[in-house]
Amino acid sequence: MALVEIKNLHKSFGSNHVLRGIDFTVEQGEVVCVIGPSGSGKSTLLRCVNLLEQPQEGQVFVRGEDITDPDCHLDAARQQIGMVFQQFNLFPHLSALANCTVAQTTVLKRKPAEADRIARANLERVGLTEKVTAFPAQLSGGQQQRVAIARALSMDPALMLFDEPTSALDPELVGEVLTVMRKLALDGMTMLVVTHEMAFAREVADRVVFMDGGVIVEQGPPAEVIGNPSHERTRTFLRRVLDPTHVEPAS
Amino acid sequence: MSAPTNTDTVERKGLSPRQRAQRSRWIQYAVLVLLVLLAAFTADWGQIVSVFFEPEFIRSAFQDGLLNALVKTIEYTAGAFVIGLVGGTVLALMRLSSVGPYRWIATAYIEFFRGLPAIVVFIAFSLLPLAFEGLTIPWDPYGVVWLALGIVASAYMAEVIRAGIQAVPKGQVEAARSLGMPAGLATRKIVLPQAFRIVLPPLTNDLILLVKDSSLVFIIGVSADGYELTGFGRDLANTYSNLTPLVTAGFCYLIITLPLGVLVRRLEAKAARAR
Ligand SMILES: Nc1ncnc2c1ncn2[C@@H]1O[C@H](COP(=O)(O)OP(=O)(O)O)[C@@H](O)[C@H]1O
Ligand SMILES: [Mg+2]
Repeated sequence: MALVEIKNLHKSFGSNHVLRGIDFTVEQGEVVCVIGPSGSGKSTLLRCVNLLEQPQEGQVFVRGEDITDPDCHLDAARQQIGMVFQQFNLFPHLSALANCTVAQTTVLKRKPAEADRIARANLERVGLTEKVTAFPAQLSGGQQQRVAIARALSMDPALMLFDEPTSALDPELVGEVLTVMRKLALDGMTMLVVTHEMAFAREVADRVVFMDGGVIVEQGPPAEVIGNPSHERTRTFLRRVLDPTHVEPAS
Repeated sequence: MSAPTNTDTVERKGLSPRQRAQRSRWIQYAVLVLLVLLAAFTADWGQIVSVFFEPEFIRSAFQDGLLNALVKTIEYTAGAFVIGLVGGTVLALMRLSSVGPYRWIATAYIEFFRGLPAIVVFIAFSLLPLAFEGLTIPWDPYGVVWLALGIVASAYMAEVIRAGIQAVPKGQVEAARSLGMPAGLATRKIVLPQAFRIVLPPLTNDLILLVKDSSLVFIIGVSADGYELTGFGRDLANTYSNLTPLVTAGFCYLIITLPLGVLVRRLEAKAARAR
């Protein structure tokens, strides 16, 4: 059984038909990178996987459970799905450690000592042992994003969603976050990553999905989709991403 | 007088803008000095001091329980503030509820008590025992005072708290919900702590207003040992036919409100720096 299975997903904001029939699965242990132009619906797709957005049509199965079913225990399903946001969304009134324990103690009902131990282990995992007592405002963007990853990991999720986790970072801070994500992938975490980091996608992803205009245009191993795309739209997009200053001879 | 335009300054080569500003400042100082001198020579200072600042009456105000009245003012205000805070938070959450009737009830309550002069509420409370025979509100006189002040305060504070809740970025709730927190838990653990931080300065302003509104308590008609500062000062001023006790009580308000005002400005500056 696939960890995530999406069937004929449609999502509109008013008259803006953003997702136009997405079918797609993520297997246990797989790392899937979603690429595509801005506004193509990548974030919306990701947010439908934990139902931060309510799709109008279609189904999302997580471990075989249809989370679009109105009677689904959504909060229970969300515990299994960690999410990392572009803008980090750390809780500014809580320390790094408390960011990682607050949901453990309140949602999972873990004992404070146990939550503390798990949180520290995850902060160590993202290389922030020294920063457990720091508040988000005292941390750099890269450190904040790593705390956000540790916060999600502290819930022991079966799947991690990343929505352009490095897009809000200064260039010199991108590496530290990608390193953490690469380690996570090596540890066998199932990951669905929206990213513009083509080198990361090429190296870490098991599969790359190219989206444009609310549909999946093509998907496959990174060597194919990034290295040798079969669709013109993919080629145009990659040309622009990989060589932004390039001027087409025809234009 | 209209402000000089560019062409004016080119035509009139007399005074530079800096010189003109200087001259205007001198004129303002001169007028001020004149007025002060006028007041100093025309007023009967002996009379003023003996009516407003008679040391004899200041002393007897302290003996007659000024401090007790100060404590009462603080107690009345503090209790009402707590009620206002709890009630205001509940009302704010009701206003933002997805359940229509909650929204309507909260909106009606807030608009009603914000639009009404506080004194009307107090008059109503003074008449309650007449209207409902045998009605007793517990913890006399605190119960009735806290209730009357708290009802008004909660309406004001609800709007402030609602604005605070709405100022918490949407991503905070999304992050909380993505961790599996139910909506109520996310509100309690994530949204409200941040909202209260945001509204700390305006809430402190509401506290200052509340200190002053507590002066309306005398309308309810509490017994003499329940007098807060205004009731106390008025009573004594009547007795002595002299305003000194009232002025003294007035200064006691400033002892409370001025530090709170400084606190508000500090909090605002801190919030501005954090932004
Ligand atoms: N909450 C929303 N309300 C209205 N429109 C939205 C909302 N979120 C996204 N959209 C629209 O959906 C489209 C796809 O957005 P998004 O999924 O963020 O694209 P991407 O992540 O690929 O850049 C855009 O046109 C955007 O304006
Ligand atoms: Mg996006």
